[in-house]
Amino acid sequence: MFFTSWFLAVLAVVLAWPVPLLLSRARWTSRSPFSAMVLWQSIALAGGLSMIGAMLVFGLVPLGDNLLSGMRALLGIVLGSGFGPKPDPLGRLGFWNAFALSAAALLLAHLLFTLLLTFLRIRTQQNRHRQLLALLGSPAAGRPGTVVINHEAPVAYCLPGGARSITVLSDGLMNLLAPDELRAVLIHENTHLVQRHHLLLWAFAAWRSALPWLPTSRLAQRAVNSLIEMLADDEALKTVDRATLVSAIALVASGPAQLPASELVDAGRQQIDTPQTTSARLGRLLTPVPALARNSRALILAGSAALLALPTALLIVPGLLGG
Amino acid sequence: MATLGELERAVMDLLWEHPEAISANTLRDFLTQRPSNTAGGGSDSKELAVTTVLTVLSRLEKKGLVQRERDIRPHRYRAVTSRAEHTAELMLEVLGSAPDREAVLARFIGTVSDGEAATLRKLLSHG
Repeated sequence: MFFTSWFLAVLAVVLAWPVPLLLSRARWTSRSPFSAMVLWQSIALAGGLSMIGAMLVFGLVPLGDNLLSGMRALLGIVLGSGFGPKPDPLGRLGFWNAFALSAAALLLAHLLFTLLLTFLRIRTQQNRHRQLLALLGSPAAGRPGTVVINHEAPVAYCLPGGARSITVLSDGLMNLLAPDELRAVLIHENTHLVQRHHLLLWAFAAWRSALPWLPTSRLAQRAVNSLIEMLADDEALKTVDRATLVSAIALVASGPAQLPASELVDAGRQQIDTPQTTSARLGRLLTPVPALARNSRALILAGSAALLALPTALLIVPGLLGG
Repeated sequence: MATLGELERAVMDLLWEHPEAISANTLRDFLTQRPSNTAGGGSDSKELAVTTVLTVLSRLEKKGLVQRERDIRPHRYRAVTSRAEHTAELMLEVLGSAPDREAVLARFIGTVSDGEAATLRKLLSHG
């Protein structure tokens, strides 16, 4: 028990700082955005699990030989029922054990509540946005689920929401792009919706606002933002050629700058968090690197699974074996 | 019968066209005169009741899009902000600086730095 908790603590620290730092600097991620995305999720989940698990197991040391028997004993104490160790069960919990248990419970509650609050906040904003779109946008001819808004800045985005998902294009964009380039943009946006990228954005946004001081949450959010764009680009490249996609990106990206008096330019500039997204995307489109070999991808996916399995096994298996 | 959403849209279009406050009756008349450009429109709109228009208006009022002037009867309604301002508000939300915006919607292009913009322009002129 005691060593398990220390091992989990070390794992939590490693996953909170050095591992995400290395991964965020790795170059292979743009060669297999999907594997990288799986790995980031695994790091976040395993990191959270080992953080909570380390404190939980440490807190339960005096109560049992493993997590399950410890939890049973703790439940007995909390509920005051007969099957807990007696007499004076609370006395067996030292101050630090009780502290660790409370911290584990608080962290778990904090993470779950942040997830829920982020979800509610995002949904409110999306509903408000959808409401305005219903009044301001006109349905694009021949494109279901696509709406055009009357604005000169070239803008394309999608508003996720299950069956009510909408892709939004501006007049400025329609005027700027050739049909092929427009098709690239539409496939790109549609990929975000089909692959449910908003769920990833939601989870990592919540992770970030729950633990903003943790390097991993910031690095992970940034990486995920960038990786979903690469995934969507790759999907578009199956239909349109590279030059078309690059010129669509270039035209849209240099579009707002062509409206010097617009307040939108200032609004866009203030953004701090996604400076590398466009250049990373363009870099891999302009100087294509071959996709990662199948073996390497399999290795990364297996590694991700193992990473998640490790803290899970440490927490559960001793209890199952010990009975 | 046109859906509430379509009616809301038609009412907002009228209020945006008429910056002066107008009553529900006038709105109803406008709505029945105007050849409906929505899919389910046509002759249905002739049967539009003033109460329906009032329902739509109160929904829009609740959403903060419409303002009611109560000093004279019948009450008159006006759009809170112009269509262009609403569009600008929408665009600001899309292009704006909120750090969590990415979770709300996914844009084709994020913000580009000055250096990137220069590279992109060079790319375009060569292409």
